[in-house]
Amino acid sequence: MVSDRLQPMRLGDRLGATLRSVFTLDPILLFFVALIAMIGVVAGYSAAEQSAAWVERSIVRLGLGFGLMLLIAQIPQRWFFAVAPWLFAVVVLMLVAVWLVGDMGGGARRWLDLGVVRFQPAELMKVAMPMMIAWFLARRRVPPRPLDVLVAMLAVGIPTVLIAGQPDLGSSLLIMASGLFVLFFAGLSWWYIGGFVALAVAAMPVMWFFVMHAYQKERVLTLLDPASDPLGAGYHTIQSMIAIGSGGVWGKGWLQGTQSHLDFLPEGTTDFILAVYAEEFGLMGLLVLFLLYLAVIWRGLWIAEHAESVEGRLLAASISMTFMVYVLVNAGMVLGLLPVVGAPLPLMSYGGTALVTIMVGLGMLMSIRTQRSFLGHDR
Amino acid sequence: MLDRLHDHGRARRVFRLRILFAALISLVVVLTLLGRAAWLQIAQHEHYLAKAEQNRTRLVVVPPERGRIFDARGEVVADNVATFQAQITPEQSQDVVAELAMLANVLGLDAHAVEALEERIRVSRRFDPVLVKADLDEVERARIARLKPWLSGTEIVSSLKRVYPYRALLAHVVGYVGRINAEDVKRLDPDAYQGTQYIGKTGIERQYEDRLHGEPGYRMVEVDALGREVKVLDTQRPVPGKDIALTIDVGLQGVAAAALGEYTGAVVAQDPRDGAIRALVSRPSFDPNLFVDGISHKAYRELLEDPDRPLYNRATRATYPPGSTIKPVMGLAGMEYGLIDPDERFFAGPYYQIPGNDHRYRDWRKWGHGWVDFEESIFRSVDVYYYDLAFRMGIDRMHAFLTEFGLGQKTGIDLPGESAGLVPSRDWKQRVKQQVWFPGETVIAGIGQGYMLSTMLQLADMTSTLATSGVRHVPWLVADDREPQPRLKLSSDDYWQRARQAMRSVVGHERGTARKIEAPYPIAGKTGTAQVFSVAQDEEYDAEELERRLHDHALFIGFAPYDDPKLSVAVIAEHGGSGSGTAAPIARQVMDFWFGVEPDADVQPEFTEHGD
Repeated sequence: MVSDRLQPMRLGDRLGATLRSVFTLDPILLFFVALIAMIGVVAGYSAAEQSAAWVERSIVRLGLGFGLMLLIAQIPQRWFFAVAPWLFAVVVLMLVAVWLVGDMGGGARRWLDLGVVRFQPAELMKVAMPMMIAWFLARRRVPPRPLDVLVAMLAVGIPTVLIAGQPDLGSSLLIMASGLFVLFFAGLSWWYIGGFVALAVAAMPVMWFFVMHAYQKERVLTLLDPASDPLGAGYHTIQSMIAIGSGGVWGKGWLQGTQSHLDFLPEGTTDFILAVYAEEFGLMGLLVLFLLYLAVIWRGLWIAEHAESVEGRLLAASISMTFMVYVLVNAGMVLGLLPVVGAPLPLMSYGGTALVTIMVGLGMLMSIRTQRSFLGHDR
Repeated sequence: MLDRLHDHGRARRVFRLRILFAALISLVVVLTLLGRAAWLQIAQHEHYLAKAEQNRTRLVVVPPERGRIFDARGEVVADNVATFQAQITPEQSQDVVAELAMLANVLGLDAHAVEALEERIRVSRRFDPVLVKADLDEVERARIARLKPWLSGTEIVSSLKRVYPYRALLAHVVGYVGRINAEDVKRLDPDAYQGTQYIGKTGIERQYEDRLHGEPGYRMVEVDALGREVKVLDTQRPVPGKDIALTIDVGLQGVAAAALGEYTGAVVAQDPRDGAIRALVSRPSFDPNLFVDGISHKAYRELLEDPDRPLYNRATRATYPPGSTIKPVMGLAGMEYGLIDPDERFFAGPYYQIPGNDHRYRDWRKWGHGWVDFEESIFRSVDVYYYDLAFRMGIDRMHAFLTEFGLGQKTGIDLPGESAGLVPSRDWKQRVKQQVWFPGETVIAGIGQGYMLSTMLQLADMTSTLATSGVRHVPWLVADDREPQPRLKLSSDDYWQRARQAMRSVVGHERGTARKIEAPYPIAGKTGTAQVFSVAQDEEYDAEELERRLHDHALFIGFAPYDDPKLSVAVIAEHGGSGSGTAAPIARQVMDFWFGVEPDADVQPEFTEHGD
C-alpha cells in the first residue's frame, strides 16, 4: 500500500482520482444498471406501439432517476443513519395519518395529501425501513440479542401491518422483507429464522381466511389453474405466457412481437414489459437480462461485504436482496410462477414512483461503496 | 474490550457467510426464473406458438346505419347524410411533414391545427390513419383528388352523419344524437355499440334508441405481425336500424310554431280519436344539429344562459297553473258529486267569502256576473261560481276527480323527461310540506290556481277526454300498438254533453270569452290565465321586459269540430296576458290549417327559418 503511494501517478490515474474525489460513484454498478435501463427503453418502444413521444417521456424519467441516484451517491452514508430514526418515525406517523384521514375520505387509502404534494407514504417506507433497522442493530451488539430482535421485529411489524391494512399487500410484503433481510445479515440465529418460517407457514391459513381480500384470493387460485378463468383473473397470466412461450429461444425479433402489438397483452409498458421483451428477444434475451440483474445483486452484496461500518454493511446487503425480491415478484408473475400483484420490474417498467424508490436504493449502495474513508482508511 | 473485538470478528464472519448464502439464493432465484422461461420457450414453444397464431385473427366491427325518422306524411325529419373526411396514414406517406403542409394549404388549416396534427401523428401508430379534417365540401374533395399523386398517405373516407333538416322546429320532439360518452356506456350493451359513433341523447332519438340503432356486423380478418389486415376470413352484414314514423305533421307543427310568433310557450295538438300527437311545439327552440358532433362549449353555454331557456321543453316538461281551463272538469265533478244542478241559477257577486271568514276571493270581473247557470259560468268564466263549488266539494274529492283526467301524473307519452304536474291534496301537503291544508287553498284550487300545476300535454289530453265524452288515450308519437284505456264513466252521459255544450258556447255564444275565434267549423274551448307571481330577483332590470314578464300567461284549450272532434289543442303563450286575446287566436290558426280553412290573418307558416 505504501509503495503504491510512492509511485508516480500517470495523468489518467490522477484525472480519475480527482474526478472520484469530487464526484463519487460505482462505475461497475452504474454500468449494469444503465444497460438494464437501455433494454427497458428498447422493449418499451416496441410495447408502446413505436411511439416516439413515449420514448421521450421514458428517457426524461430515466434521466431524472439517474440524476437522483448520482445525487444520493454524493451524500456521506453517515448522514443516512443520522436521519434514519427520524425519517422512520415521520413515515410511521404518516401511515397512521393515512389510516385516519383515509377512513374519512373513503376509497383509496394509500395516498396522503399534503396540499402541495400527494404521495404514498408506503413508498417512502421502502427506503426508511432498512435504514432504520440497520441503524438500530448496528448500535447494539451483533449478532443481536433476543431483546434487540424483539424491538427490531416490532419496528418491522408495525408499518407492515399499517400498509397491509390500506390494503397494499404487495408493498407491505416488500417492506417486511427489507427489514427482515437486515436482521438476517446482522446474524440472526438460524433457530430464530427456522421459527419465523414455521410461524409464516402457520400464518398462511389465517391470512387466507381473515386478511386477504376476495380479489387477492382469486389471483392465487388463478395461478394454480389459469384456464379456469381465461377472461377474468387468469387473462393476464395466460396472455403473458402465450407471448413468452411463442417467443422461443431466439425470439421473434424487435418490433415483431404479435401478442403485445395486437393488444392481447395488457400493461405492456409497465408490469408486463418482461413478456413483451421475452416474446421479441426469446430465451437468449431473458438470459442476458437476468444475468444483468444477477450482476447488480451480486455487486450490491460485494459492496456490502466490503463496507466498513456495520450499518453500511447491513443496509447495502438489505437493499441488494430487496432488489432481488422485486425482480422475483415481477418476473415470477409474468412467467406464471407467482400470483398477479401490481409490482413493477426494476428499471424496466415505466412508472415514476417505483423508479424513484429503486434509484434512491441504488444511490445509497453507491454512497456506501465509495465513501468509505470517514474512518481514515483508503483502499 | 477483547470480548468486544472477538464479538466483532465473529459478527464479521457470520456476515460474510450470510452474504455468500444470499448470493447463492439470488443465483437459485435467477436459475429458477430462467428454468421456467426455458420450459415455456423451449418445451412448450410449439403449444404457445399455436395459441399466438389463433390470437392473430381480429374482429373488425361494422356499425349499422341508424334508422331514419319521418313525420306522419313521410317527410324525413332525421336523416343520415354522407360526409367525407380526409385522413392521413403516416406509414404510406413519402414525407408526412410536406404532405401535411400541402393539406393545410388546400384545406385552409391554421398553424395551430397543423401543430396539433403533427402531435397526433407522433403519438399514434404509424399504420393507423389520423383524421385531418371532417365534413369536407366538394371543392376540398376535388382539390385533394387533383393533388393525389403528391398525397400518397392521404385518403378520403365517407361516413354517415345525422342531420335534422327541420332544425329547431322539431328539436323538442325528435331530440338529437351525440357522441357516446362515459355515462352512456353504463346503460348500453357494449357489444351492440362497437364502432357506433352516435347514441340518442334526448327526445325520440333517445326513447326509441334500441329500434333506431340496429345491430352491428363484423369482418373477421387475419392480421400480420404488426396488426395490418391481410385477409378477410368471415363477414356478417350489419342489420340497419328501423325507420320510425311519427304522428307529428310537420306542416301543422310549422303553423303552430309560427302562430306562437314572438311568444315563448307551447302548443300541443292531439287527435282525440286515438290520442296521436299531431303537433308538439315548444318555443323558443334550438338547432339539434349543433349537438351531433359535439356542441362547442361557448354555444352550449349560450343556450344554457339564455333567459328564455331554449333547451327547456315547455310542452311536456314545464308545468303551469292550468287556471280557468280546469273549470269544465270542475263542473263535471260538481254534477257527478251532486253538488250542482246545471240548470240552477247561482248569484255570482264580485267576490266570494268562506262562511265565517272575512277574506274576499275576488272575481276577475270587478262587479261580478249576477245570476248565472252552469253554461254561463263556463263561457263567461265566472270565478265565484267555482270558488263556491270547490269549497263545497273539498280538496280531496277534487283531487280524486281531477286525477281521473290524468292530471298530476305522467301521461305516459313516448318521450323522455315528462313532468307529472301536481294536483294537490290534504295528504300531499302533509307529506311534502308538513303543513295542514287551509280551506282557502281549496277555494283557489277551484279556478286552477294555487298549488295546482299541469303540463300542456296533460291539458291537451284532458281536452281530448272532454271532446270524446270520456274516451281516454295515452298520447303517443310513434305508430305502435297501444293498450286501450278504460273509458271514463260518469253517472250520466248527459253531464259530458253539458260540459261540451258549455265549452262550445265559450266560442259560439255572443258573450263567450273566446267569441272572436268563431270559425266556419264549430270550435269548443275554454280560455284561461295562469298568474305570474313574481319576477326573479337576479334578472336584469329592463322596464319593458319587466312589464312583459309581469303579464299573466295566456292559456286556451279547445277542440273541433264540436260534433265530431278531430283535433284537440292546448296553447300557452307565456306573458301573453289574456287567454281570449292571445292564446285562443293561436289555437284558431292551428285548427284552420288542420281543417283546410284559409286563415284570417296573414300569418305565414315557418319551417326551417325559425330559431336560427
